[in-house]
Amino acid sequence: MMMLLRKLPWLMGTLLAVSFFTFMLVGLLPGDPAVLILGAGVSPEAIAALRLEMGLDRPLLIRYLDWLGSALTGDLGRSPMTGELVMDAILERLPVTVQLGLMAIVIALVMAIPLAMVSASFAGSKLDRVISGIGFALMSVPGFMMAIFLILIFAVTLGWFPATGWIPFSVSPLDNLRNALLPALSLAMIELALYLRLLRTDLIDTLQQDYITLARAKGMPSWRILTRHALRPSSFSLLTVVGLQLGGVISGAIIVEEIFALPGVGRLLYQSILQRDLLMVQGIVLFIATAYVLVNFIVDLCYSLLDPRVRYAG
Amino acid sequence: MPAKKHPKIESRAQKFARALQQVFGRGFGPGFWLAVFWLVIVAFCAIFADWLPLRDPLDPVIANRLNGPLSGSLLGADGLGRDIFSRLVHGARVSVVIGLTAVSIGMIVGGASGIIAGYFRGHFERALMAVLDVILAFPWLVLLLALVAFIGQSLFAISVAIGFLWIPAYARVARANTLSVVQREYVLAAKAMGASTSRILLREVLPNVIFPLLAYGLVAMGLVIIVESALAFLGLSVEAPQPTWGGMISEGKRHLATAVHVALIPSITMFVTVLSLNFVGDRVRSRFDVKESNL
Repeated sequence: MMMLLRKLPWLMGTLLAVSFFTFMLVGLLPGDPAVLILGAGVSPEAIAALRLEMGLDRPLLIRYLDWLGSALTGDLGRSPMTGELVMDAILERLPVTVQLGLMAIVIALVMAIPLAMVSASFAGSKLDRVISGIGFALMSVPGFMMAIFLILIFAVTLGWFPATGWIPFSVSPLDNLRNALLPALSLAMIELALYLRLLRTDLIDTLQQDYITLARAKGMPSWRILTRHALRPSSFSLLTVVGLQLGGVISGAIIVEEIFALPGVGRLLYQSILQRDLLMVQGIVLFIATAYVLVNFIVDLCYSLLDPRVRYAG
Repeated sequence: MPAKKHPKIESRAQKFARALQQVFGRGFGPGFWLAVFWLVIVAFCAIFADWLPLRDPLDPVIANRLNGPLSGSLLGADGLGRDIFSRLVHGARVSVVIGLTAVSIGMIVGGASGIIAGYFRGHFERALMAVLDVILAFPWLVLLLALVAFIGQSLFAISVAIGFLWIPAYARVARANTLSVVQREYVLAAKAMGASTSRILLREVLPNVIFPLLAYGLVAMGLVIIVESALAFLGLSVEAPQPTWGGMISEGKRHLATAVHVALIPSITMFVTVLSLNFVGDRVRSRFDVKESNL
């Protein structure tokens, strides 16, 4: 609880800075928003009128405070291009991206943990070198390349999964998973490589500790040592990396959603950037960055709640 | 009576040669040299693309559309009938130029601010760390897309945008290393001798901080190539007629069902290049780590 109170001002400051940075980044984009909306060749009076209506004639700082004020109440404005409310547009597409991200992280963890345990307990063996080698190679494959070749193998050649499209979970859970599997898998592969690498080094380190030797000496079976004694301390660093890597998952989701034509937030952002829908871009960037900061803040708190060493040291 | 052994006095060049030997000297194995060989080829292609006897990478020959490898030309042709081999060689230029520029920008800007923050501490350090935290709050592709929309799609603009992404990482590494170097006796000695601050920074701190930064550079370059190709895949890297590897893969995606090689060949080229950079970078870095821990 004390931890929460101590860190809260830092969180507030970061969020404020993030919002300002977002506003400036998008506010500085070239092109007059009014001209972009009305199109070229409109009379200067019409543009001036729209500028006045959108409040573009006011100073930047006032516009920022105004925007931030409504953002705090959950109002990110209305897209002049599509007429949608930005917040509604994001919330409508959010489940797709969240499902994709969660599936990717779960798949990556489910694969990384056993592989890392095998790798670490036989460190230096042929098996370890093969696993580490595959992990190393996976890190050199960009997400979009993984997605294309998964499509090639599982959609085009074998025809097991559809190459594009999305069916909501509420309509048909099975079809939803069929559609989500390939995109989630392409996201998971990169995460897998990172988790595997981290967890392997971490476990090798842990396995040399005295209490592991003690557990071995008293005759505990190796698999039990691995799962009960070795994995637990490593899970903290794994948790941190999963949190920090969320930015990578979101970045990957933008590309993967575009390739598989999934109606998620990432695709919305990409399309909005192509159409120069500034208000939409601003809203989505703020939403993503805020979510990212909050999740990492929570991970940080969990870390101190779960690990007594951090709890008492703090 | 044997002469008393004096510590060998070395010139700067000799020291550098010895450092090189320490790093590249013994036992890297054939895999390492194979990777280096590949990287040299890629660099050669990037530099001499215009003078090599190649077909025009932009010339569409309709008759060659989607030709497979070894049918008429070495690696076949893409969906518009353009020569894939020639486009690969010219695309290498984009990857290499952006890789070098972006990493240099990150290293110079991030490294300099990290060293200054680590040496002077105080307000500047706190402000810098706060700014880095804010930059890191944005997923890299989100930040990159916004930056590219802002500064345009020229080769230089893309390099600057990607380089910007690297500033936080380099600043952190530089600051951490500077913090440990500043504690050392030779910095204290230099201060006691009345050396100016700029002299201490350039002659005492920089040489000890720069090697970890450089060693990190190769791995960073591999990541930059991946980032650039992702951007090119989304159609937001260097603009159209210029061939890029990511752009070639993106075009090849349309012909996956009929002509796999159009996407497969640039993918393999890029994979091997990034893998080589990671591999060489990893080895070089672990060499430096050993040297560091021996100190």
